[in-house]
Amino acid sequence: MRLEPKPAPSLVMLLLYPVGAIVFTLVFASLLVLLAGASPFSVFFLVAKGAAGSQFALFETLTRATPLIFTGLAVAVAFRAKLWNIGAEAQLYIGAVVTVVLGTGALPLPSILLIPLIVIAAMTAGALLLLGPALLKTRFGVDEVVTTLLLNFIVLLFVSMLLEGVLKDPMGLGWPQSQKLIAEARLPRIVTGRRLHCGFGMALVSAVIVWVIMKKTTLGYEMRAAGNNAEGARFVGIPVNRVLMKTALLSGGLAALAGFSEVSGLKGNLTLDLSPGYGYSGIVVAMLAMLNPLGVVVSAIFVAGIFVGADAMSRSTGVPSYIADVMVATALLSMVVAILLARFRVRWR
Amino acid sequence: MDALDILFTASFWVAAIRIASPLIFATMGELICERAGVLNLGIEGIMTVGAFAGWFTVYSGGDLWTGVAVAALAGAMFGLLHATLTVPLGLSQHVVGIGITLFATSLTYFTYRLALPQVTSPPKIEPFQPFAIPGLSSIPFLGDAVFNQTPLTYLAFLTVALVAWVLYRTPLGLAVRAAGENPSAVEAQGISVNAIRIGAVMVGSALMAVGGAFLTMSAFNSFFFEMINGRGWICIALVVFGSWRPGKALLGAILFAAFDAYQIRLQQLSGGVVPYQLFLMMPYALSILALILVARRASYPKALMVPYQKGER
Repeated sequence: MRLEPKPAPSLVMLLLYPVGAIVFTLVFASLLVLLAGASPFSVFFLVAKGAAGSQFALFETLTRATPLIFTGLAVAVAFRAKLWNIGAEAQLYIGAVVTVVLGTGALPLPSILLIPLIVIAAMTAGALLLLGPALLKTRFGVDEVVTTLLLNFIVLLFVSMLLEGVLKDPMGLGWPQSQKLIAEARLPRIVTGRRLHCGFGMALVSAVIVWVIMKKTTLGYEMRAAGNNAEGARFVGIPVNRVLMKTALLSGGLAALAGFSEVSGLKGNLTLDLSPGYGYSGIVVAMLAMLNPLGVVVSAIFVAGIFVGADAMSRSTGVPSYIADVMVATALLSMVVAILLARFRVRWR
Repeated sequence: MDALDILFTASFWVAAIRIASPLIFATMGELICERAGVLNLGIEGIMTVGAFAGWFTVYSGGDLWTGVAVAALAGAMFGLLHATLTVPLGLSQHVVGIGITLFATSLTYFTYRLALPQVTSPPKIEPFQPFAIPGLSSIPFLGDAVFNQTPLTYLAFLTVALVAWVLYRTPLGLAVRAAGENPSAVEAQGISVNAIRIGAVMVGSALMAVGGAFLTMSAFNSFFFEMINGRGWICIALVVFGSWRPGKALLGAILFAAFDAYQIRLQQLSGGVVPYQLFLMMPYALSILALILVARRASYPKALMVPYQKGER
């Protein structure tokens, strides 16, 4: 079996294969639904209805998409430069910790100063957290996949320690949770009475900024060059290691924003269940978007819709809501195959 | 009890060997994959599958060894999926590996909820019991620590010997090692690199799954969500630490497990003055530290993560 590059895949073909991946995912999920003794059509209808069937559902989906846009961007940026940041989960939590430390009354400032200050501090913390593994990679050749993965566990334990120690809310009835943010540190809601908050707007703006960085700046060019062919990039004088450092700072900062926006926009305080794996789902979001920053917005809303819709569906049909996780993982695997098939022809002999 | 005295109790080493056992299986599994040139980041998910498959087989009335076999088979199937995507198709081993972990984990949780919709506390099974090896178990200290374990632990040690023997003493092992170092040399011998790699990933994944099954069938007696808890990632660090050699990796796993058992006992000794999370962080921190220590002299298999295309130079 051999793979031969297709001469010039047309845009239609390039888009057709991802659609095929989604169809495959739906077919596979249908089998699981049948196994669960329900009808796929009614289940998918309920998922779609739960995700976008009403104004309430739509707002919920966009709310859930917000952290996924941030972690998706973080992964897209890093993977483009072949920096395998699997630690968005940890960077998210560090961003949340900084938000809580600065936002619970330590700084008596008006919103207009306090929020930008927290954003900068949170991004810095997330950036520095990824800088460690990036340095270990370039200086010692330690694989960043393993270090970022292991850091996820360390940071989660660290957060647990803080929530049972210095950050514990004395009024929390013994629960490991932080104090509530002061009003000045909260991001306002976009529509009163709905949970959708300005973090979603920030996520959209971030996606545009990241798109500009990736497509229109020297740094973006260097990142793509380092990712496509590190040797070649070095040969033409691109400081690959320094580019990787910048990539790490950008990626870690973006992931930390997910933590900031969840605490400041949605939850109001920090608990250990702040993120149900948004860092890992960000990988799927980024891959579904083929690492395109603007595509990340679309795929984050899609993935969020599956999660929100499946929750609603599960309540009424009894099909386990883990079907959403299975679908998202299946979509990831079938997507990478689809991208390959769009570019290469498989010859069986 | 003094902190150092702990090291000289048999019960400490019993725990250390018990903690090491799943790591030994999974580390050997990852080692086989990497020796053939494939980084298998599906390890965490495949261990989850194995933990569930083995436990559920026994829970549904199968006997313990059937459970182990089912776990191995399930692991091999996910290995086949991983290998299909990464070997002939040559897709990114990072992305596919993470994808397999997400896929295997979520499929396991889905199946668990489907099979046991109502349960709040996971049902228990009758797990493997310690089996004192006649003669050897009466050696003072060592007998208690090593030769009074469950059969799965003995199987873990046997696996290391078998993997070492196959890798270094058989033509098959030579082909596996060459597939990870110099694939075109394998092809020149008329052996298919793809077949060797796919086989290695399947066998390796089966071992990872048995490592997972050890947790639900020997160390504990039921299945919990998130019970693998990063052990898979730690095994990847152990393979690097053991410089891709079965014996060294075994030593690494035991050292690591001894450290883990030690921190649990220190935690009890400290009487809650030091936050327990600091102790729980140690295994992960230790893994990172081990990676840094060996990084400079680590000699990765040369064709690790390099897809092979016949006739390509």
